[in-house]
Amino acid sequence: MTIAKKSVIWGLFAAGGTLSSFVFPAIIFLFLLISAGMVPGGMQYTELHAFAASWLGKFVLFVVIFLSLWHAAHRLRVVFHDFGVRNDKAAAYAVYLAATIGTMMTAFYLFQIN
Amino acid sequence: MSRQPYVRPMPKSTWYMRNKRYRVYILREISCLLVAGYSGLMIYALSVLATGSPADWQAFVAAQKNPLLVLVHAVALAYFLFYQTFAWFKLAPKAMPLQIGEKRLPGGIVVAGHYVAWIVLSAFIFWLAGVL
Repeated sequence: MTIAKKSVIWGLFAAGGTLSSFVFPAIIFLFLLISAGMVPGGMQYTELHAFAASWLGKFVLFVVIFLSLWHAAHRLRVVFHDFGVRNDKAAAYAVYLAATIGTMMTAFYLFQIN
Repeated sequence: MSRQPYVRPMPKSTWYMRNKRYRVYILREISCLLVAGYSGLMIYALSVLATGSPADWQAFVAAQKNPLLVLVHAVALAYFLFYQTFAWFKLAPKAMPLQIGEKRLPGGIVVAGHYVAWIVLSAFIFWLAGVL
């Protein structure tokens, strides 16, 4: 792999790791509240839909999901190696393809919410 | 004559079980499965929102109400905090040391700054979500 490609992947990995470290505990806690039947006001359809329909909301959701997916993809690629998968090329294709599909789905759904 | 370098025998997929340091490393690295999982859950939630039907969202929220999921989310939250968030903050001053003039900013200050920013940001998210 060329140095240029590596720096892009590392940049996404570091940015995604930082962002997910900061926001995921709060997001997991929101899912915990919902699973316990205590649905917060902001998670009601009207409020959440309005947030995802705004340009700022779209931008925030896209950046969080996009960077988190690429962070997880790169880390998973190394985890594959750690668990004895020595075909790095196949592992790389699998994880980056999954991250690409997830990124495209995020953009597609956000585009639909108006 | 061919060289015969010594290759230390190493179990390919269980090597990390030999040492506590390695075990912590592997526990930290597999936290990426939680990042991927919750990203997927968010994408799924967005797909429900994208249908534009409040009833679909109500059904999604109702389906999430489950004592088993409470346990899953609680364990995931504790795991994520220790092996992703706190681990990442701990490594931040080592990965990106801050230098001011001739002096290095002490690592403890960088880590403390991360904790403060994390608390403020989490409070903001909870305020935005209507929890606080």
